[in-house]
Amino acid sequence: MSRLPKEPPAAAITPEGLYLRRREFIKNAALFAGTSAALGGGLLGLLGSPRATKKAPADGTIPAQPRIEASPAPLYTVDEPLTPYDSVTTYNNFYELGLSKSAPAENAGTLRPRPWTITVEGEVKQEQRLDLDTLLGWFKPEERVYRMRCVEAWSMVIPWLGFPLAALVKRLEPTSRAKYVAFTTLRDPEQLPGQNRDVLEWPYVEGLRMDEAVHPLTLLAVGLYGKALPGQNGAPLRLVVPWKYGFKGIKSIVKIRFTEQQPKATWNSSAPGEYGFYANVNPAVDHPRWSQATERRIGEIRRRPTLPFNGYADAVADLYTGMDLRRSF
Amino acid sequence: MAASSPPLLFPAGPLPWLVPGVVTGCAVPGVAIASRLLRGTLGANPVAEALNELGLLALVLLLASLACTPLKTLTGWTWPIRTRKALGLAGFSYATLHLLTYALVDQALDLRAIAKDLATRPFILVGFAAFLLLVPLAVTSTPRMLKRLGFARWKRLHRLAYLTAVLGVIHFFLRVKKDVTEPAVYGAVLAALFAVRLAVLVKERLARSARGRSPG
Repeated sequence: MSRLPKEPPAAAITPEGLYLRRREFIKNAALFAGTSAALGGGLLGLLGSPRATKKAPADGTIPAQPRIEASPAPLYTVDEPLTPYDSVTTYNNFYELGLSKSAPAENAGTLRPRPWTITVEGEVKQEQRLDLDTLLGWFKPEERVYRMRCVEAWSMVIPWLGFPLAALVKRLEPTSRAKYVAFTTLRDPEQLPGQNRDVLEWPYVEGLRMDEAVHPLTLLAVGLYGKALPGQNGAPLRLVVPWKYGFKGIKSIVKIRFTEQQPKATWNSSAPGEYGFYANVNPAVDHPRWSQATERRIGEIRRRPTLPFNGYADAVADLYTGMDLRRSF
Repeated sequence: MAASSPPLLFPAGPLPWLVPGVVTGCAVPGVAIASRLLRGTLGANPVAEALNELGLLALVLLLASLACTPLKTLTGWTWPIRTRKALGLAGFSYATLHLLTYALVDQALDLRAIAKDLATRPFILVGFAAFLLLVPLAVTSTPRMLKRLGFARWKRLHRLAYLTAVLGVIHFFLRVKKDVTEPAVYGAVLAALFAVRLAVLVKERLARSARGRSPG
């Protein structure tokens, strides 16, 4: 038989009134805590904060990319502080992998960069399908540090690894009728699940005039920061045109087509009043909804003035002599 | 006895936990943004991220405060009405932080750039107008101001909240680059709130004309 514990002295017994208030207080406190937690949690959920905290890449867990040997190209290197690797690889516009800036890094696991085939077609000596590694064997990658200016008025400085598009164009031998080059991104909703939503017309297409394509600054990139491109940056092969807004730099390219007519570029045909075919960085021509006069360099708080042709005017302004850059923006 | 003695910590009256709970809950995301900012986990572009999140919070809380009356109409519950003021003021607070972030941090108080933005960019102008319309509502949110204005006038003035919400949704629509799903969701919520209020209005009219029989 268990014995009952000794009764506490009368003085230690809580008076009835207080006792009732204690229960009331506990009840109120519990309801208060429940209300604030439910409302606060709901609001955090709307902000998508869980997503932001989940983003593994910020913790340095971006899948390690294989190293790529490359020689530096001092002629094509801007002397400005590099944007940190974590920012370059977690702040991306790649709608095929999600609409937010952090989504591409989170979802890039579905993209398989090998095996990869590039189709060459159109006004070219020989239409062909090339294994990417065969194609990459033709060129020695170099490291170039370019400014990258997004049409959304932010910018980065990125050490790319790649080779000039001009070298590939020369090797492929386009015909004299080729006036433009068009590029197409992989179309595969399993690897690029964002293509399940019709935000843009898939697959993504971008294009350059032939003289822009063979300009020595125009790069086909295979890596950044000494390593292969992560999926969110457009693995395994992407275009980099440093004097144009970032959306011209088409990612995960599977097709190169030489054409006589100006190709239908995705953003340009989706909103022609907002995104031009040329899309040269131009502080004097605003986007209809925001100013292009200034930009925020990622990692900085204060805006800085945007430079004509993103600071590459000396090298590329000649390409556009006689053109009205306000009309052909 | 318990009811008559002043309750510990909580204000007197029914559901004493409700408004403190709503106020605290509304503050949670603000504290979270501040803490992520200080810890540097607001992403690569913290200014843009803070701007977007503060703006979204302002819109959501304004819509929540507008939902109180329709919610009461539909359910008969009276407790939503008690949270209305707290939700509205929380929405106004986030709208203020949103505007301050734009003016002080994003534009670094470059008045010429701000003036140009206002003059040439409808989405900035619409957002700014929405904020301006909120100011008189926040100022007249105290019981004293309600008494001074008289309930009828106060009520008419506070209908501006609907206009503000419309402008807020438009501001959101004009801002997004391509995917309008999110602003469309908030637009639909606002339309639903309008629908409830409209239904009530129509019902009242019908009842009145039925009573009056000959409408003259």
